Amino acid sequence: MNYGFTFAKIFYSMLFLTRIEHFNSAHKLYNPGWSKEKNELVFGKCANENWHGHNYELHVTVKGKVATDTGFVINVKVLSKLINEFVLEKLDHKNLNMDVDFMKGKMCSTENLAIEIWKQLCSRLPEGVQLHCIKLCETPRIFVEYFGD
Amino acid sequence: MNKKVSVYRKEHFNAAHRLHNSAWNEEKNYAVFGKCNNPNYHGHNYEMDIKITGEPGTDTGFVIDLKFLSDLVKVNVLEKLDHKNLNLDVPEFANLNPTVENIAIVIYNILRSKIDKKLDLQIRLYETPKNFAEYPAS
Repeated sequence: MNYGFTFAKIFYSMLFLTRIEHFNSAHKLYNPGWSKEKNELVFGKCANENWHGHNYELHVTVKGKVATDTGFVINVKVLSKLINEFVLEKLDHKNLNMDVDFMKGKMCSTENLAIEIWKQLCSRLPEGVQLHCIKLCETPRIFVEYFGD
Repeated sequence: MNKKVSVYRKEHFNAAHRLHNSAWNEEKNYAVFGKCNNPNYHGHNYEMDIKITGEPGTDTGFVIDLKFLSDLVKVNVLEKLDHKNLNLDVPEFANLNPTVENIAIVIYNILRSKIDKKLDLQIRLYETPKNFAEYPAS
C-alpha cells in the first residue's frame, strides 16, 4: 500500500470554502429572570429596553473534497440559497429577540446566535460537505467562531 | 496661499431604528421603506467621519484639538445615540424619520453650535459599509 500517495491525495483534495454574508438587526441583552438593575449591571448599555442594533457579518465555512467533475467543494449558489432561506430571511432587518423563531427563549448574544445559525445550516448541506465554522462579527471589533460540538 | 487643512475624527455607534411615516398607512410604509419598516426595528453599526476644515493655529499647529473634538462628540453625540433606539430614545427623531440623511443632519446641528464658527464642519455617516451620507453636501 502506498500510504504516502493516499494521504497526500486526501489532504490535497480537502478544502475549506467560505461565503461571507451580512444582515442588519436589532437586539438587546436582557435576562427576564433578573431585575432591571441586575441586567444593567451585567449587560450595561446593551440592556437598553428599547433595543439597539448592529450590522452583523457572517462567515460560513464548509469543508469538503473538491469534486473531479465540477472542481467544486460545494456549488456556491446552493450554499448562498441555503444561507438566504434559513438564516438571512429570518434575521435581516429583524428584531432578534422578538422576530426570530430559533432565538425564542434564548439570550441574543453573538455566541448564541452563532450556535443557532450553525444548527440551521449543519443538517442542510449536501452530502459530503461538512459545516466547519460559523464566524459571526457583531462589530468590526467583536466576533465569535463556532466549530460545532 | 490657501492654508486650509481638513482633519477628521472617526467614531462609531450601534443603534436600532425603523423607517416609518406615521402619516401613511401600513401598506404605503411597507411599499416605500420595505424591510426597513419592520415594526420591531432593526439596527446598524454606524460609522462616522467628522471633518473639520480650517487653518492650523500658529501657536498650536492644530486646526482643532482632536482630544477636544473627541470629548465633544462623546458627550454630545455618542452618549445620545450609542446603544439606543433612534425612534424611541432620541427626541430629535420623535417627528423625524431616522434615515442616514437625517441622522447626519442632526449630528451636524448638534456639533455645529459647539465648534468655532471659523471652522468648517462636515459629517459623513455610514449606515452600512456601502451606504453613507454627507452633510452639508459640497
